Amino acid sequence: MLHIINKSPHSDNALESCLGVANSGDILLIEDAVYAATKGNAYEGKIREAVGKLKIYALLPDIEARGLAERVIDGVSTVGYDGFVDLAIANRNCQSWL
Amino acid sequence: MSEESIKKFMFVNRKAPYGTIYALEALEVVLITAAFDQDVSLAFLDDGVYQLKKGQQTKGIETKNFSPTYRALEGYDIEKLYVEKESMEARGLLEEDLLVDVTVLSREEMGRLMEEQDVLLSF
Amino acid sequence: MKFGIVVNEGPYQHQASDSAYLFCKAAIEKGHEVWRVFFYHDGVNNASKLTEPPQDDRNIVNRWSRLAEEHGVDLVVCVAAALRRGVREENLAKGFRISGLGQLVEAGIEADRLVTFGD
Repeated sequence: MLHIINKSPHSDNALESCLGVANSGDILLIEDAVYAATKGNAYEGKIREAVGKLKIYALLPDIEARGLAERVIDGVSTVGYDGFVDLAIANRNCQSWL
Repeated sequence: MSEESIKKFMFVNRKAPYGTIYALEALEVVLITAAFDQDVSLAFLDDGVYQLKKGQQTKGIETKNFSPTYRALEGYDIEKLYVEKESMEARGLLEEDLLVDVTVLSREEMGRLMEEQDVLLSF
Repeated sequence: MKFGIVVNEGPYQHQASDSAYLFCKAAIEKGHEVWRVFFYHDGVNNASKLTEPPQDDRNIVNRWSRLAEEHGVDLVVCVAAALRRGVREENLAKGFRISGLGQLVEAGIEADRLVTFGD
């Protein structure tokens, strides 16, 4: 399944909660959640750890808007809105961790 | 309604009541969904477990206490209520603190249950 | 593929409605159908024709209206949530309609995928 997260991990536990629950599948970071996908942030380790069992994506327009295009963690794939649509199709269901 | 048009709907509740309107408006959708003969379940994670705390008294904040509605769900044939164990424990709550009977699941079990759903709604 | 979309936040205050719109646009450009967008919670404010953003900003409400006009997207505003927030028939922007929560459940049943955008 596709897990969609839109909150910064520094202000909300959505990412942490999702990583605890998700056994497999894809995670897409959008809006303020893209901060989790950047090098040097306190959650970098958690993201790197998760990359083995889950596939992690981050929405590029949201990363670029926040001035972080140069800092995406290796192992996180960036996608556009078209890629977001593809992920929603490739997975049979999706959960937005609001 | 034919078998094929029955989908598994799960309402994922992660927000506390009263601080914001999400829990109340989520419950309104749950009640409507009951009329569509779908396979409905409710999951309570993170602050969502506070929605089920016994003894809510809302007079002082001049807001409607909607917690008795969770007890009425059974009458709408909505009987699958799941609470994540880790979230409950992290908030110092026990099953006996909750106002309805629930099934307590570990994080992993909750994850598997989510994967089985057709539609997940979160507000 | 047939998409159902849920928008739970108002325009300008939260990115949710922008993200939802850009998702819809991308889906349509790829040849998919956005069968219905359901506006709930503060999301009902996306339907207010009284909205007037500054000249140099995007017009979120008109953007939705255009999506309905050009691609036949059904824009449904939850009646209970709308009445609570002062959104009524007389101030609905083009392409929106007010209806019950059943329309959200129906979107879950009819669409191949339901994607929610909120806070």
